[in-house]
Amino acid sequence: MISDPATSLTSAVLAPAVDDDQLLHVSLGPQHPSTHGVFRMNVVLDGETVVRLKPVFGYLHRNHEKIAEGTSYLASMPYTDRLDYICPLSNNWAYARAVEKLAGIEVPERAEFIRVILAELTRLINHTAFAGFILGDMGAWGSALMYAFREREKILDLFEELTGARMMANFMRFGGCRNDLPDGWSAKVSKLVDEYGPFLDEMEKFLVGNEILLSRTLNVGSLPKEVLINGGITGPMLRAAGVPYDIRKVDPYGIYERFDFRIPLGATGDCYDRIMIRFLEMRESLKILHQALDQLPDGSFIHPKAKIRNFKPPLGEAYARIEGPKGELGFHLISDGSTRPYRYRIRPPSFINLTLIEDMCLGLDLADVVVILGSIDIVLGEVDR
Amino acid sequence: MTAEHLTPEDRQSPDSLSPPDRESPDSLASPDRESPDSLAAAVLARLRTAFPRAGVSLRTNPGPAVQHSLLVSPADLCDVCRFLRDTPDLAFDFLSNVSGVDWPDPSKADAVAAPADEQGTPAAAAGFLEVIYHLYSTRRRIGPLVLRVRTADRLSGVQIPSVVAVFRSAEFQEREIFDLYGVEFTGHPDLRRILMWDEFQDHPMRKDYVAPDDYEYEPTPHAAVLEKAQRHYVQP
Repeated sequence: MISDPATSLTSAVLAPAVDDDQLLHVSLGPQHPSTHGVFRMNVVLDGETVVRLKPVFGYLHRNHEKIAEGTSYLASMPYTDRLDYICPLSNNWAYARAVEKLAGIEVPERAEFIRVILAELTRLINHTAFAGFILGDMGAWGSALMYAFREREKILDLFEELTGARMMANFMRFGGCRNDLPDGWSAKVSKLVDEYGPFLDEMEKFLVGNEILLSRTLNVGSLPKEVLINGGITGPMLRAAGVPYDIRKVDPYGIYERFDFRIPLGATGDCYDRIMIRFLEMRESLKILHQALDQLPDGSFIHPKAKIRNFKPPLGEAYARIEGPKGELGFHLISDGSTRPYRYRIRPPSFINLTLIEDMCLGLDLADVVVILGSIDIVLGEVDR
Repeated sequence: MTAEHLTPEDRQSPDSLSPPDRESPDSLASPDRESPDSLAAAVLARLRTAFPRAGVSLRTNPGPAVQHSLLVSPADLCDVCRFLRDTPDLAFDFLSNVSGVDWPDPSKADAVAAPADEQGTPAAAAGFLEVIYHLYSTRRRIGPLVLRVRTADRLSGVQIPSVVAVFRSAEFQEREIFDLYGVEFTGHPDLRRILMWDEFQDHPMRKDYVAPDDYEYEPTPHAAVLEKAQRHYVQP
């Protein structure tokens, strides 16, 4: 049926039904610890080689989109925290940006700076936790995750001071942020940013030369870049394969154009590069944080005319996207002029990055599936919505 | 490890995404890049030349986002997508998002995406389902190009050709729209429910969906077990 080489290499979606008594059918998940939540993969094995892999979704489905269409625009803001619950502030920003685009709302400069600081701190959290999780997937239970979560905890303390919540921040508003930075907060962030580089050096030293890590990740799970683009893969996964596509650069939003930072690119796109690219991205995030903290202007943290109650965007639709830590996070909103969105659609990077998981895993061992899934970096709150 | 693999020292090397690169003439020269508002109109002109008989019309977005869209007839959808992807100076190689929308009241659909010219016929009297595609070009770094496709009605004429053969990223998203809206994507390699369970009957994102009073209505053995128990134990 699919004869176009750009869309698929070996997709077993198209292969004839596997019907062989010698094959082993394994249901990996939904409670398996390496599935990062309630995610299931129906795997068919020939010996230990994967010959088919079907992801099964929906264990965490609560139809967030339907709920959002039945309530006001602002009431969905706390709900976006629960999408990718590792990075709630990025989700807040993506949603706020979509509504601002839909209604044509301006954001004051200081609010843009606060947003950039929070989004880059969130990227640090996500990539650090990722390094811990993927080492756990490879059998290094505990140690790596403990160091990762130690650093994450420091950032969560800052979030708690600012937003009142460690994770479920509910902080962005249409036209700005909910409150201003507390006294001394940015000095604390500066201190954390200064200390983060040495932590990354240390973590990298643990990982880069580690023989087990190398043998588990090198040349595992790579696909050609054309296939990745066609499959909708975004974020670090795509850049690890060498595609120069980062929305902060190619379709700049907020004030990212003002900062000097680079987009690291890999070449092979295997699991090793996917790990390394996240470390390199954290270095760039630190650069952005340094600049943003230095230049943080005074002013209002929310547009003075931003309407909170009885907010009605004009008729129309808007699609807005940001470079979330996991990839392109987009919101597509349609307004019919009432207080509720007529259509509220999330473009979840975790969900769409899973499109090619079968292509990545075919022909490899079952143990590689766990590493590949870990390297995709999914959060089920976002996959199932 | 090969020489191609990333190392921590890579952070010293230059990359290909420094801001001047975005202006490099080879990859990005196109008049429509200057004004994203006119992207849909520029693409429409190309499509009209390439497919003189195709049903494509411009729909204007009345909101401040000014993301105008192209209404494509279902029959031409795959050809249009392949043309947009493979024409070198268009190069819309990345299908970012696919949204389903339910329009029981077609006048609302025309209010949000208003017909722009005489060729844009108003929507049919009956309601319909709509699928909206957001396309980007990773090479030319433009977008979104918004395509919209409408079904004949909301009951039996809910077929739309699948674009999975052109854009693999639509695979799970089309399954989701099939699941939640009931759009049947003809030619999809694996059209099954994805978020709801297989035995589920309705399409919960439709506007006229009524949530059940009793959420335990999926087939469970409870009723049979209870019946058996009643036969076993004589009721007082």
